[in-house]
Amino acid sequence: METTFRLSGGGGGDGGDYGDDDELELGLGLSLTSAAYAPSSNGALSSQVVGWPPVKTYRMNSLVNQAKFSKNEEEKGVGGNDGSKKKKKNSNKNDEKMVKETGHSGFVKVNMDGLPIGRKVDLNAHDCYETLAQALEIMFLKASSSIRREKQQHSRLLDGSSEFVLTYEDKEGDWMLVGDVPWRMFLGTVKRLRIMKTSDANGLAPRYQEKNQKPKSKQLELRR
Amino acid sequence: MDPDLTKPWALPEEFLKRTFALINSDKDRNSASLVCKDWYNAERFSRRHVSIRNCYSVSPEIVAARFPGIRSVTLKGKPRFSDFNLVPEDWGADVQSWLSVFAAAYPFLEELRLKRMAVSDESLEYLAMNFHGFKALSLLSCDGFSTIGLEAIVTHCKNLTELDLQENGIDDLGGDWLSYVPENLTSLEVLNFAALDSEVSFDALESLVSRCKSLRVLKVNRKISLDQLRRLIELAPKLTELGTGSFAEDLVSSSVTELESAFSKCRDLHTLSGFWDVTLLYLPVIFPVCGNLTFLNLSYATLGAIELECILTRCKSLRRLWVLDTVGDEGLEMVGSCCPLLEELRVFPADPFNQELGVTESGFLSVSNGCPNLHYVLYFCQRMTNAAVATVAQNCPNFTHFRLCIMSPGEPDYLTNEPMDEAFGAIVKTCPNLRRLSVSGRLTDLAFEYIGNHAKNLETFSVAFAGTSDLGMEYVMRGCPKLRRVEIRDCPFGDNALLSGLAQYESMRSLWMSACNVTTDGCKKLADEMPRLNVEVIKDDGGEDGSADKVYIYRTVAGPRTDAPPFVVTL
Repeated sequence: METTFRLSGGGGGDGGDYGDDDELELGLGLSLTSAAYAPSSNGALSSQVVGWPPVKTYRMNSLVNQAKFSKNEEEKGVGGNDGSKKKKKNSNKNDEKMVKETGHSGFVKVNMDGLPIGRKVDLNAHDCYETLAQALEIMFLKASSSIRREKQQHSRLLDGSSEFVLTYEDKEGDWMLVGDVPWRMFLGTVKRLRIMKTSDANGLAPRYQEKNQKPKSKQLELRR
Repeated sequence: MDPDLTKPWALPEEFLKRTFALINSDKDRNSASLVCKDWYNAERFSRRHVSIRNCYSVSPEIVAARFPGIRSVTLKGKPRFSDFNLVPEDWGADVQSWLSVFAAAYPFLEELRLKRMAVSDESLEYLAMNFHGFKALSLLSCDGFSTIGLEAIVTHCKNLTELDLQENGIDDLGGDWLSYVPENLTSLEVLNFAALDSEVSFDALESLVSRCKSLRVLKVNRKISLDQLRRLIELAPKLTELGTGSFAEDLVSSSVTELESAFSKCRDLHTLSGFWDVTLLYLPVIFPVCGNLTFLNLSYATLGAIELECILTRCKSLRRLWVLDTVGDEGLEMVGSCCPLLEELRVFPADPFNQELGVTESGFLSVSNGCPNLHYVLYFCQRMTNAAVATVAQNCPNFTHFRLCIMSPGEPDYLTNEPMDEAFGAIVKTCPNLRRLSVSGRLTDLAFEYIGNHAKNLETFSVAFAGTSDLGMEYVMRGCPKLRRVEIRDCPFGDNALLSGLAQYESMRSLWMSACNVTTDGCKKLADEMPRLNVEVIKDDGGEDGSADKVYIYRTVAGPRTDAPPFVVTL
């Protein structure tokens, strides 16, 4: 199954120069390969799969604590003072939270049309739609890691320019287009995500915001 | 005492009792109990230790009814994948229901070893108050308790010989629990609090070590400095296992020589662990004991190849080695050249999400070249080749435990880009004694066919992100007669695969399947066919209707769980 995506930004951008007009061929295999994982530079993207690699939580926490400790030692020089120790303690707690699955609140399941196996993504690792969508692109669409993304670039999953769109099921069981509500509200209502073929999501309007509209976003009519 | 000729095995009861009292192996006891009713009874009355490897496979009442004389219990709870956050909190495995029954049935209980159980402070207090001769507590990968529970244990267990806390999710509230140990307690033989974060009172610790003349295992936590450690080992030179505290240089005033001299008095030391914050400077203090070491656990020490070489050149007797992959392939070369007697190697990832670092197939090959006795390996790496693993198998045909984790899911052979089928094929073909196998990398059904055809002694099997169709799981379930524990995640195995194992499940301990293609219908079918299994579905919030995202299946004589939380549904 081959799918072609255009790199250049479609409508609905904040401006900014994308620079790159080249068409990007992204093959879409049915099996998950290692290319679905981001390189180390992007920490938040890498830790997307729950419980993988299979290293005991206790050990991960220990190692994280040590890394922070040695980092602080470097910063303060020999003879760390109380300040650095306190700092270590706080950051350790955050890391522990990061490593521990926070039940439903952080991770949601993501499925993509055509792939038998879904993945899980940690919504808490993101603070806006863009990074989430980019993470999913790398995870599912094998976006090449060598392409550096500018912060202003919009994910093709969000701006309607690709063959796939990102949708989500909310608490009421309705499927919505991702991006219609403020991020925080989205976090509170999202149950799971689905990367859907644009053609299957009938009656879909491109992302828009109308202040006069009722709080509930436009519901997707799904062609089954 | 004429032997009855019609029942040649009708031996006198006293004789049976005394003979059975000498049998320690659970396996032997299980076999013996099947011979006849007399032997069954002799066995059950004389048994002092029972191991329950799945706490839901039997109820505490049944255990207490069958074995009236138990003094020592080993109890394991949650499925192993709970170590990796795949099992929701409050899933179960609470030890309290067992303690409540044991308080009445085994008031003389002396030892309790728990693994992956939920243990509350109240339970620890209950244990301390209700079992007056209690001696040994070992908690491995348990959670739910805090240092308050520990206070209760050390306060009330007057005969404490062992307190072993490993890798637990302890709520460390500080509070100086160690100072609650009574002044007149001198019986301690094992003390392991390495997993606790907070400071303990060093005075209390020092006094305890000094008066417990039988202390043989001491594993302190990171808050103990080398200076303090020195004082402790000077008080306890007969230690056989030592877990150091921190090697951080700014916390030490003793010289290297002074520390070395203290270590040199520990002639019985064969196991060493700890090594937090270790650097080249103070590493030499352990040199005097290296020659006797059989087990060295450096898995919390971010050492490089050079530091590792320093140590290993002196560790000629080493049998077991745990390291971080910070030592790199160069470090593993050192292992291969310095430790010819090595039997077990575990290489853990220091930074699992950094693809630049770690070890590769080259390190694996080096070790296998130098260590032909290797039978247990756990290897985390970023990349691997089929050829390398095949060579490793040739070099080390004695593998009993082969756990290879290529950290990117579905990663192929990085040189040929082919699946890793041939790698695991080589292992199962070459190593007839293989009992435990964890696979990784890109695998088609062929890998599973190899396993099903060759791994006839396989007992524990773990697989993730692998396989092409139901056939994969079917090959293994049909081909491996000795399976005990199977754990599968993120594989395309559906209901047919699940049902293919029908004949096996009653002789297995458990099966875990998560994020596969199993449906609740399929699980229901299995449950209907096999009434002596508990087929449990753990409901996932975001799950599609009909799909069974997490399934845990195990044999049981206790029926469906009575303590199941709402998200665990027994079909």
